[in-house]
Amino acid sequence: MEREATIETRGNESGSVAADPLRIGDREFKSRLIVGTGKYSDNAVMMDAIRASGAEMVTVAVRRVDLDRTKEEGILHHLDPDEFFLLPNTAGCYTAEDAIRYARLGRAAGFSDWLKLEVIGDEVTLLPDTQGTIEAALVLVEEGFKVMAYTSGDVVTALRLEDAGCVAVMPLASPIGSGLGLVNPYFVREIKRRCEVPIIVDAGVGTASDACITMEQGVDGVLMNTALAAADDPVSMAHAMRLAVRAGRLAYLAGRMPAREIAIPSSPTRGMLD
Amino acid sequence: MIQVRLNGKDREIESDLTVMDLLESLELNPHMVVVELNREILSRDVIGDVRVEEGDQLEVVHFVGGG
Repeated sequence: MEREATIETRGNESGSVAADPLRIGDREFKSRLIVGTGKYSDNAVMMDAIRASGAEMVTVAVRRVDLDRTKEEGILHHLDPDEFFLLPNTAGCYTAEDAIRYARLGRAAGFSDWLKLEVIGDEVTLLPDTQGTIEAALVLVEEGFKVMAYTSGDVVTALRLEDAGCVAVMPLASPIGSGLGLVNPYFVREIKRRCEVPIIVDAGVGTASDACITMEQGVDGVLMNTALAAADDPVSMAHAMRLAVRAGRLAYLAGRMPAREIAIPSSPTRGMLD
Repeated sequence: MIQVRLNGKDREIESDLTVMDLLESLELNPHMVVVELNREILSRDVIGDVRVEEGDQLEVVHFVGGG
C-alpha cells in the first residue's frame, strides 16, 4: 500500500517529498528527519544546519533561565516558531513525575501540545525507564498532550505506549549521543510491524549510512541531534542526513532485492563465444 | 523587601511586586519564559495580577537547545 508512493515520486530527480509526507497525529510534515538543537557550539551554525537538514520538526529542552547572565540565552532568540514546528522534550527527567512537570512547562510556552516524552532510567547508558515512560504517557495523553515517546527497542513497551495513546513511538537506534548507529535492526522492524502509530527512530545515529539503513527498515522517520552538532561540519552533515533519510525511504519503498549468499550473473550466460 | 526562592537561589526582592514586575526587573520578556509559582504554572494572562509573596518559590524557565 505504502509502495504506491514510489510511482508518485518517479520523474522527480530529487524525489518529491510532497508525495510522501510524514503523518503523525493530525499533522503532516514534509521531512522525515527531525533534528535536535542541543550541543551546537554556535547558534548561526545550528540554524544553517537545521535548514540544510530540511527538517520541519525541531526539538527543544526546558531549563531554568540563567538569571546571573545579563543576556537571555533562550533558543527562541534564534529559532523562529513560525518557521519550525517546536517539539519540547523532557530530557534529563528520571521520573514520570518530573517528566510530567517539564511537559506542562513546555506546553505553557504556548506553541502546541506536542511533546517528546523521555524518562531516563540509567545515568550510564541513558536508556529509558520504560515503566516510568508508560506512566507519564498515560497521564499526559489524558491531559491532551500529543506524546511522541522515546523508548527502548522492546516491542512490548512500544505496544503499551501505543495503547496509552501516544501519537508516535520512538525506539532508539543505540544510546543517546553514542553515534553507534542502528545496533538491532530486527527490534526496530518488529516494532514497525506491530505498531500502527508512526515509528520514529530516535537517538544513536552517527553518520549518513546509519540514517539510511534505519530508514530502509521501513520506519517512518529519524530523530537526531549529536550526529549533526558534533560533526566537524554540521551543515554538510545535515545535508548528507537529509539525502540519506530520503534515500533510505525510497529504497524501502522500492522494495529491495532478496539478499543471497550466492552469486548470480547479471549478464546472459547464453550467447557466449566458443 | 521580601525573601523568595527564585530558580533555586534565595533572593531579596522588593515587596508588592507582581510576577510581571519581577520579570521586568530581571529584564525578561514574558513571552519568552514560563513561570512556575509554588509548583503551579502561571498562565501569561495572570502574571500581571499575581503578587509575589514572602517565601514564594519561583521557577522561571525557557526553551534551550536540546535533542
